[in-house]
Amino acid sequence: MRKSHSNGSRLINFLGSMHLAISLLVVLAIASVIGTVLKQNQPYTDYQIKFGPFWFDMFRSLGLYDVYASPWFLAILAFLVISLTTCVGRNLPGILRELRHFRESIQEKSLRAMKHQLGMTSTLNSADAQSVAQRILAKQGFRTRIKTADGHTVIAGMKGAANHWGYLLTHIGMIVILLGGGILDNGSLGIRIAELQGKLKPETRNIAAADVPAISQLPADNSAFRGSVDIPEGSHANIIFLPVRDGYLVQHLPFDVEVKDFRVEHYSTGMPKSFESDLVIHDKDLPKPLATTISVNHPLVYKGLSIYQANFGDGGSLVKLHLLPFTSRYAAQDIDGKIFNDYNLSSSDRKYALELKDFRLYNINDMTQPDGSTKKQNVGPSITFKLRDETGQAMEYQNYMNPVPIEGRSYYVSGVRSSPADPFRYLHIPVDPKGTTDRFIRFLSDLQDEKLVQESALETTKTSMQQAKIDNTQVEDQVIKSMVSLTAIFARSGSQGIMDEITKRFPKEKQAAASEAFMKVLRAAMEAVYQHTLKQEGVTGEPSEADLAFFDDSLMAIDKLSEYGSPWLIQMKDFKQIEASGLQITRSPGKDVVYFGSIILSIGVFLLFYVAHRRIWVWIKPLDDGQSEVILAGSSNRNHPEFERYFEKLQSLFQKTIGQDKR
Amino acid sequence: MSAQQNAIDALIEEPGFIRQLGLFDWLWASVVLAATAWVFMQYGSNMDSYEIGILSLSAPGLIGLGWFWKAFRPYSLVVAALSLLGIWLYGGSYANAEAVFGLKFLFSSQSAIMWMSALFVMATVAYFGGLLANSQFTLQTASAITWSALVMGMTGLMVRWYESYLIDPEFGHIPVSNLYEVFILFCLLTGLLYLYYEGRYKNRSLGGFVLLVISAAVGFLLWYSFERDASKILPLVPALKSYWMKIHVPANFIGYGAFALAAMTSVAYLLKANGEQHNPQGLAATRLPSLDMLDDLTYKAISLGFAFFTVATILGAMWAAEAWGGYWSWDPKETWALIVWLNYAAWLHLRFSKGWRGIPMAWWAVVGLFVTLFAFLGVNMFLSGLHSYGEL
Repeated sequence: MRKSHSNGSRLINFLGSMHLAISLLVVLAIASVIGTVLKQNQPYTDYQIKFGPFWFDMFRSLGLYDVYASPWFLAILAFLVISLTTCVGRNLPGILRELRHFRESIQEKSLRAMKHQLGMTSTLNSADAQSVAQRILAKQGFRTRIKTADGHTVIAGMKGAANHWGYLLTHIGMIVILLGGGILDNGSLGIRIAELQGKLKPETRNIAAADVPAISQLPADNSAFRGSVDIPEGSHANIIFLPVRDGYLVQHLPFDVEVKDFRVEHYSTGMPKSFESDLVIHDKDLPKPLATTISVNHPLVYKGLSIYQANFGDGGSLVKLHLLPFTSRYAAQDIDGKIFNDYNLSSSDRKYALELKDFRLYNINDMTQPDGSTKKQNVGPSITFKLRDETGQAMEYQNYMNPVPIEGRSYYVSGVRSSPADPFRYLHIPVDPKGTTDRFIRFLSDLQDEKLVQESALETTKTSMQQAKIDNTQVEDQVIKSMVSLTAIFARSGSQGIMDEITKRFPKEKQAAASEAFMKVLRAAMEAVYQHTLKQEGVTGEPSEADLAFFDDSLMAIDKLSEYGSPWLIQMKDFKQIEASGLQITRSPGKDVVYFGSIILSIGVFLLFYVAHRRIWVWIKPLDDGQSEVILAGSSNRNHPEFERYFEKLQSLFQKTIGQDKR
Repeated sequence: MSAQQNAIDALIEEPGFIRQLGLFDWLWASVVLAATAWVFMQYGSNMDSYEIGILSLSAPGLIGLGWFWKAFRPYSLVVAALSLLGIWLYGGSYANAEAVFGLKFLFSSQSAIMWMSALFVMATVAYFGGLLANSQFTLQTASAITWSALVMGMTGLMVRWYESYLIDPEFGHIPVSNLYEVFILFCLLTGLLYLYYEGRYKNRSLGGFVLLVISAAVGFLLWYSFERDASKILPLVPALKSYWMKIHVPANFIGYGAFALAAMTSVAYLLKANGEQHNPQGLAATRLPSLDMLDDLTYKAISLGFAFFTVATILGAMWAAEAWGGYWSWDPKETWALIVWLNYAAWLHLRFSKGWRGIPMAWWAVVGLFVTLFAFLGVNMFLSGLHSYGEL
């Protein structure tokens, strides 16, 4: 019957071979590493920047941006399933034999050749020896078979056959897990096939869900998927988005999900304690809408779909904005805004589009305490927006609603950057004793008022020249003139403007001296203007230390204004927060299959390691003198040191009961 | 004949498992049951069904463990007594950690863990000293120090558990939630596994090797707590607020501990094999246990680790299904858990079906520790993903 190896049997041998199995385990492990080293499923532009065009295309064609859904990775898994199945199939007959067969036909020769065996002569006759041996094996928990032939009897016992179930259960468990996870729950496989057939095409444009063409949509009866959607409080949705490489698909849901409310609960430390959403499911199959609350670790399962609290963000909060111009030429302006909406601003010389991007109720920042240590502290609400000019250039801003205390003083803080890749640069506008920006704005507009600067300069120059007992109108005029012009430059373009002026007017070797003189004159002029500003506010006499600090802070702020890029400080005066709950919604029909496989696998592993299949044979041959010859032999497929001890014990038991000192 | 028959009957008679149990076994069982009943009566009304489930399973678990491994009984009784002492010393006020002598210097979680750290390092030195000097007394002392370290460490964790509730009842959680806490758990489980095998094989010569890994973990722990202030008790982030954490994490660390043990017995194996070949009269060849025993121990540790790691990974998948919306997301931590699993699966296949033994398998087990170490630490340090409990 055993014919020469056909191609088919050679293939089976290959697929079921241990070499292939171990190679697959190792290859799978190495392949898995790739996806952990290269961050998966990032926007393709990120990869482009990181790798450059050549490697970007190379890696894309290898599927490295989504390794675990790539055809070659799935092929490894498929090979593993085939290998496992072939192994189980090939070993099954042998295992069934092992389970059923007691090997009672074993030869005396084989027994004597075993590692664990003992031959002895018993004073008992063969029938008695047999009954004692049988009783011992039964007490030891062995199932036995007896065979008498050719003048001898063999008692064959075995226990722990469940060890072989360990082999079967572990391997079948793995097959079940791989099939359940890899086929039933593999939404991406179905998508890939539909893409190849031309039935589906992921959308890559950033457009409204309603505008997504039918070829990028999946029906509600799609069997397995995993996607997400952000739903603002008070709104509802019946679709989710499935990410596919650099695009997405719109997946329809068999029902409508409404988010009533989203909440973040906090610990006393300010750390978040829970994220939860009040949901209402609207489904025509329901007599009335189903209201429930989900939170992290507590999803809702409805109609085979699971709804998870995955994320949160702004859902279009309403904000009252006040545009405070940095120049008295523009009027202040108020806007009732909504996050994610755009507004056209025309109250300045140039036209801007104000794009509201985000609102945050809490900002837990590292704050420097008066004693120099840093502490996490909530600095209150903030708004993030972009100002886009007519050329399309945009600056991004993050403005805090409330004054932020820094080292004992308070500031209105506004961050600005021109690219999301940069960190924010901050403008700190000092807060006056009344808690407003009034003094700063007045001081700024005073500095911009040429006539006022001239008057102040005249006054302060006169005073100081009188004190120095100098009387020279020509010098006086010159000082006043430079005071006025320097102040104008500083108010317009900050210290950079002054430096430009110096480089323009002086040769290199004189620049340092000139800059020192200029700064002195400028500071004197601005101090004079500041005196005036204070007087207007009703502050007379010597300025206090706080007033002087305010002056320094104001100069720092004005210095940065030229780089600030916005003609206004956009202040948030009031808000009504509307949050959006980020839901992840999945349908995973293979989950229970995978769990079933997992339980089988777990049971199998313990059987495999902690149950040993032990066999004991007792071979008995009657001798002429009414005595008998006995051979005790045994084997185990696991844990040999343990079995050795056990066999020694069994040996001494047999010697005492059957051997009867007659060794 | 009848007398002889009776004698044979007596010999054959194999007492059942229950009848083999002695007075102390039953005493142990009743202590555990009484303690469980007390806990349930005291706190049952505050427990949800999962907690009642965990409590009612941990009672038979503890009884079984005590019957199976006798030395575990005095250990857990001492830990229980000292933990209760620590809790009593607190008297409901966290400020006592600095004020009461017994807390400040012994049983507040920080102090107890410092003691654990110091004792583990001392035990490592003592084990190697005993091995080099061939002194049974020193080796016995080393075992005793290791037991003390385990007592202090476990007491520290228990007291820390209580402290978390004392700081703010809302903060309260089992101390297996961040890298600092699981490192302590790792030290304890590895130490306990080692001592179990030490008792079973009646051989103390491997202590130094195993404790070397524990000492390295202690070194990291100290750096981490001094440099990063990691010992501070913080409330749980929402994602970790799940009963799965209570079983997933300890199961995982039985795996990690067992793999670490296997790696160190393999180091001993390699030293012994090398010694036998090149210097049969040398220390390695004469003082270390037989190659067969080392090989057997390595196999036992890896199979124990593999079994628990399998269960832990499955529990992790079930938790992930509840927290992240999918039982398997190919998150770096998950993927590395799979890699560790595949690695040991390959090792076990070679041993089971090819019967591989000896030096290559020992090397493999050592390399396995580094793979495991990367899954345990490296992923948190170098890769980003959903597992955010232990950022360095």
